[in-house]
Amino acid sequence: MPWPLAVPAAVGVAFLLLPLAGLLLRAPWPHLPEALADAGVVSALRLSLLCATAATAVSLVLGVPLAWLLARVRGRTAGALRALVTLPLVFPPVVGGVALLMALGRKGVAGRYLDAWFGLTLPFTTLGVIVAETFVAMPFLVITVEGALRSADQGLEEAAATLGSRPFATFRRVTLPLIAPSLVAGSVLCWARALGEFGATITFAGNFPGTTQTMPLAIYNALESDPDGAIALSLVLLAVSVAVLALLRDRWLRPGTTV
Amino acid sequence: MIGEAGRAGSRPPTPTSRGGLAAQVTVRRGAFVLDAQVSARAGEVLAVLGPNGSGKTTLLRALAGLLALDDGRIAVDAASNGDAASSDGTDSADNPPDGVWDEPATHRFVPAVERRVGLVFQDYRLFPHLSVLDNVAFAARARGARRAPARQVAAGWLERFGLADLAARRPGALSGGQAQRVALARALASEPRLLLLDEPLAALDARTRLEIRSELRQHLADFPGPTLVVTHDPLEALVLADRILVLEEGRVVQDGAPALVARRPATEYVARLMGLNLYTGSLTDRATHRVDLDGGGTLYAAGHDLGDPGDPGDARVITSAGGRLLVVVAPSAIALHTRAPDAGSPRNVWTGTVTGIELLTDRVRVAVEGRPSALVDITPAAVADLELATGRPVWLTAKATEITAYPDPGRAPLVL
Repeated sequence: MPWPLAVPAAVGVAFLLLPLAGLLLRAPWPHLPEALADAGVVSALRLSLLCATAATAVSLVLGVPLAWLLARVRGRTAGALRALVTLPLVFPPVVGGVALLMALGRKGVAGRYLDAWFGLTLPFTTLGVIVAETFVAMPFLVITVEGALRSADQGLEEAAATLGSRPFATFRRVTLPLIAPSLVAGSVLCWARALGEFGATITFAGNFPGTTQTMPLAIYNALESDPDGAIALSLVLLAVSVAVLALLRDRWLRPGTTV
Repeated sequence: MIGEAGRAGSRPPTPTSRGGLAAQVTVRRGAFVLDAQVSARAGEVLAVLGPNGSGKTTLLRALAGLLALDDGRIAVDAASNGDAASSDGTDSADNPPDGVWDEPATHRFVPAVERRVGLVFQDYRLFPHLSVLDNVAFAARARGARRAPARQVAAGWLERFGLADLAARRPGALSGGQAQRVALARALASEPRLLLLDEPLAALDARTRLEIRSELRQHLADFPGPTLVVTHDPLEALVLADRILVLEEGRVVQDGAPALVARRPATEYVARLMGLNLYTGSLTDRATHRVDLDGGGTLYAAGHDLGDPGDPGDARVITSAGGRLLVVVAPSAIALHTRAPDAGSPRNVWTGTVTGIELLTDRVRVAVEGRPSALVDITPAAVADLELATGRPVWLTAKATEITAYPDPGRAPLVL
């Protein structure tokens, strides 16, 4: 192996693994249970899992049709639309949070009507957490699924049409099953992104234990007052992510499957 | 007979027979223009023969409704006899009563979903996530049938195709021949009014092709509606079809019975496919049947073709002096000599030089350059006797009765 590649690669490995090692080495292993209890881990973890799952569900419902639209519609409009909807991928999340406040806040462009007509307030509520996470995570699902739809064999959709299958039925009975692996991969990416969401959440939904304080926010809080608790919480979050990825990897993300 | 060998486009649109297809297909794709008149009676198998890029697949896609016409009309007679097209009663809603599927002039376009066209794709396009049984049951399910009855009907089709053992398999676990059968079963199970096959045997190896071909012939014979088989293999067309339509560069150059197309090719391409020598020329002496060829040389063409001397068309060919003609000579009708033949030999004698020798299965094909140049089939023994080699000068002879001349439909449409 040529050294100009080998040396930076080794440094890269060390750089990525060192923080992980630091976390594991400095963990307060003997009194982990107490540290966790103090940090209010149960409510934060439950809120995190609930919100990330809800955000993924919303992303599936809205994102899959959107991905289909982007994959099938041609022309400049589609290109522009694709660039816009994937903007949150590169957006600083805090900016996303501010933008959400401007749009959906109590005085926001659309938020004032939500409040006036439905009495619905999003900022600083659990619903707001889900909105913030969806905003940031959905593009991950959209681009993954769009790629799969784009490379999916449209010949099969034609075959279905000649057999009398209408477009939506074909989508449901042919296209979706064919892109299932990518759908799962996209959902996992989306869920993982939502689980780790911090910037947009704290800006749009605030940091209230029990209602909007998800794991990342709890870790941030604990870091100032209770470093051991922060480490313990980080470990839990890490464990959950690793567990989910490992489970899905066995079932869905085998090498060679289309993603 | 001669009229049939002519351009289909020069005839008025064929009236639709019961359940038949009548189409004038015009599709423009940049510089390429497909402009073809196609008709097929119910129960008839029409082979669409043509080289790559001739518009065969475009024609099929237009008929299937996967591509809209730019001009023309596609109609399949709605009052079809016995094609069973409507056990589920959706038919009248799907298909307009006049049977017109596509007519830009009247803004009519029935999409593929509603046409009831059975299309067997060249690459089969079986659904990889469904079992063989569910692939065949797909059309019934798509039209709203419940799973159990749809599967029951599909199982009947698999039985008929000898595929019952494979019902639970996924398409990925099928051989090429099996996949071809499943694709045909799936298309027929959709109870189509029109059956379209795109190069049905192209993806198979030689041995499987032979086996599937005879089977396919049987299944096509059982189908009550019109069938179009697109192919570039002349043998496939001759074996499977009741009629052959030849497409070149988007135009119909010949449309007729297989025997006619095989004996009276209308273009170079068809002649080459059929393994015949074809020349263009003009009749210069009606008494001796003398034809001066465009590429140089003269042939006396006194052959009757198709064993139908009573056909008024045949007499017309030879009596219209000065008319543009095609002259066809089978390679086996020409003999080679290394010395000038004796007097009393056939009227056609000319000289040439051997430019190529190729061994076919049971004979040798010799390419001779001369006026005219010709492909000549002789026995391997004759090659040895004549000491043939590239560059060797030879005499060619052919009986006038073995040479057939007929009007060139491409250059001077003959009105009968």
